[in-house]
Amino acid sequence: MSIVFSGQAGQGLQTLEALLTRMLKRSGYNVFSYSEFMSRIRGGNNSTQVRVSSRRVFSYTRRIDLFVPLHENAMERFHDRITQETVILGDRAFIEEQYLDGHHPVLEVPINEVAREKGGAVYANTVLLGILAGLFFVDSDLMHEEIRMILSGLGEDRLQKNLDASDEGYERSKKLLKPGQAAVSIERTAEVRDEVLTDGINAVGLGGLAGGCTFVSSYPMSPSTGVLVFFTKKAESSGVVVEQAEDEISAVNMAIGSWYAGGRALVTTSGGGYALMVEGLSLAGCIESPLVIHLGQRPGPATGLPTRTEQADLQFALYSGHGEFPRAILAPGTHEQGFSHTRHAFYLADKYQVPVFILTDQFFLERRYNVPDLDTSKVYDQRFIVQTRADYRRYALTENGVSPRGIPGFGEGRVRADSDEHDEDGFITEDFSTRTAMVNKRLKKLSGLQMEVFPPQLFGPEDYRNLVVCWGSSLHAVQEGLDMLGRDDTAILHYSQVYPLAEVTAEYLERAHKKIVVESNATAQFARLVRSETGIAFDGAILKYSGLPLMPEDVCEGLHEKLGKKESTHGRL
Amino acid sequence: MGAYDFDHAVDIAWCPGCGNFRILESVKDALDELELDPANVVFVSGIGQAAKTPQYLNAHYFNGLHGRTLPPATAIKASNPELIVIAESGDGDMYGEGGNHFMHAIRRNPDITNIVHNNMVYALTKGQASPTTRQGFVTPVQVHGVTQEPFNPVAVAIALDASFVARAFAGDARQTTDLIKKAITHKGYALVDIFQPCVTYNKVNTYGWFKQNTYTLEESYDPTDREAAFRKATEPGKFPLGVLYIKEGKPTFEEGLSLYRQDARPLYQRTVDMEMLRGLVDSMRT
Repeated sequence: MSIVFSGQAGQGLQTLEALLTRMLKRSGYNVFSYSEFMSRIRGGNNSTQVRVSSRRVFSYTRRIDLFVPLHENAMERFHDRITQETVILGDRAFIEEQYLDGHHPVLEVPINEVAREKGGAVYANTVLLGILAGLFFVDSDLMHEEIRMILSGLGEDRLQKNLDASDEGYERSKKLLKPGQAAVSIERTAEVRDEVLTDGINAVGLGGLAGGCTFVSSYPMSPSTGVLVFFTKKAESSGVVVEQAEDEISAVNMAIGSWYAGGRALVTTSGGGYALMVEGLSLAGCIESPLVIHLGQRPGPATGLPTRTEQADLQFALYSGHGEFPRAILAPGTHEQGFSHTRHAFYLADKYQVPVFILTDQFFLERRYNVPDLDTSKVYDQRFIVQTRADYRRYALTENGVSPRGIPGFGEGRVRADSDEHDEDGFITEDFSTRTAMVNKRLKKLSGLQMEVFPPQLFGPEDYRNLVVCWGSSLHAVQEGLDMLGRDDTAILHYSQVYPLAEVTAEYLERAHKKIVVESNATAQFARLVRSETGIAFDGAILKYSGLPLMPEDVCEGLHEKLGKKESTHGRL
Repeated sequence: MGAYDFDHAVDIAWCPGCGNFRILESVKDALDELELDPANVVFVSGIGQAAKTPQYLNAHYFNGLHGRTLPPATAIKASNPELIVIAESGDGDMYGEGGNHFMHAIRRNPDITNIVHNNMVYALTKGQASPTTRQGFVTPVQVHGVTQEPFNPVAVAIALDASFVARAFAGDARQTTDLIKKAITHKGYALVDIFQPCVTYNKVNTYGWFKQNTYTLEESYDPTDREAAFRKATEPGKFPLGVLYIKEGKPTFEEGLSLYRQDARPLYQRTVDMEMLRGLVDSMRT
């Protein structure tokens, strides 16, 4: 079931989203939520989708089963998504005339009037929460508990008014359904109650802590700021230096400085901020510093759509930085991967002394759903730094290109890092053979990275006729979209690491009759990467770049058009 | 031979007679006189002729990007407060390309020493104007002479209430060494702007010119008086040499980091706290 609230910035939709998803999850429902919002602090029109299901749900859908308008004009942007099956719930004043024609199911509740009776218009959200709690048969004690928890900062008087408002909503919900109207019947699962409810921000942040992150320097930029805030909140208890730098240039140079002195540093940024960090990336490449970059994508160019989503910085992450040096790019598709891959990024960066990207996007970071667990049993705590001896050479030439990494203050040697071309000791050199040896040394590390690549994951039949390829946050929409289409001759290949590209890629692609790529960008960037690495071209692309997340409906319709009729047997030709 | 000298010959890239040689000697003398163990001393520099200084003494160094000397220096100190961190580079690096970091490093107040070789010209790129170039100075780019007001680093630092601000002249080795020693032992951010004659690209601001256009602050000068310091830093005529300003008692950046309050260990000695992590994940269940 898909519920959409449509309100204005400043109306408290985020609090409602947090309360509702927590409450429903704790009642045993699987939940998913995502808010799309304008880049403004007040007014405009923002909306939150909450999906409630007996099965796990992970994607943002076009379909709306229950629509709640919370201000005038709240329906304006949703005309194409509200159908005759969509139940409209709320104040009559906020429901457009055209929907009061008798053909649309409407549940009128004077939410604002009730809220005013309970102390003021600010209680409208809690009245609504109560109504939904009633409709979903949530235990009222649980509802109270959640309100107390989330609104604990309000003070006793306002807290009590919120509780009263929620009770009134709860009561009213019982009288909402007329005889014959179907009540909500979604099966609940006991195990879900104790699952972990997380958004991408927390998944990435916790993954960082599991990766041993001890230093975060960044400059605020949507949608990456949440990760900075995560670490700030945890700084005291978890021993992380967190600094808001004067700009992204400072942020990335601080992070590299921290690694040099024994920290494990992360920067979190978005495209425009990352653009400023690019010289720093090249510095990390030259001085062979580990570096973890969380790049939360949003639509560009330039300021673009600050609060929206896109996957259009893959090529940028891949090719940015002057000179030639290795890197790795991870692109988690699930929140479990957001956790495990961020942890892994620290391992890779530290082991190979290279920059490693965690490439997410606004949709990935802001969406929220329940997962059974985030596996904390595997914690990266391997030390790749060495205690130096007096004859220590920072850039000693080795078989695999990785030199033992010393840090100042740990051992007797001198640790010299130089952004100029350098010799094995780290001193500036212009000796051509040393230069050649150093380039080779740095590039050799790519072989090691290649050996540790996360292979792509195949979903669906092994003997697929068609293969749908996606990466990063697109996974769930592609899965649900293919489910909607209901084709058993088609499989999905999802990449949670996009660079280095897994060597099995060609093998998977060659087995397919039709190969379709699905990406949230306009130029099929991953398809271009695959083509440049394997020489294999895709047969078609489903691309979305409006700023809204990729939806299962986009995928279903796109595949329907591109795959054509299903063959009677789904074997290979 | 001092602790910071190499036991082998070093091929130095500076012109004969360059002011940088004198500064290098003063820096080494200061470290030796303070008896600082080179294993605990980290130099951080950017790009330029001055930025090569760390190559020529036997300590740790991080020779990063042009203009980006202070951010890594700040982070190195914050990641291991036990290290002595010296950020050393030229006027172009610190005040031009790195101007924003200069302001914000002063605001952050990490316990580091910031040595700036100020030769009023871009030497590595062959003689263009730097932020501190005097008005009227003709260069291959500023062909009609520099028109812009020169950047006054000591006045800016005092305006930002920097914790230590000094100015030296490379030609006076003893004074330069003493000022560097004071800067290193001072707790908090310490700026030493050092006038450095460039014998190749600056034929105006020579050893002789600096000698004639500087004077040492009198014994009675009180560096804790901010208004007086600002007047000194901006007065027309000759440039005063010595400690211009000291702000005692400012908390350092590292002291403000909560994680060191309960646990003084540098970052490299820390491990992941499994229980804490487990607890954070479990807190998201209810």
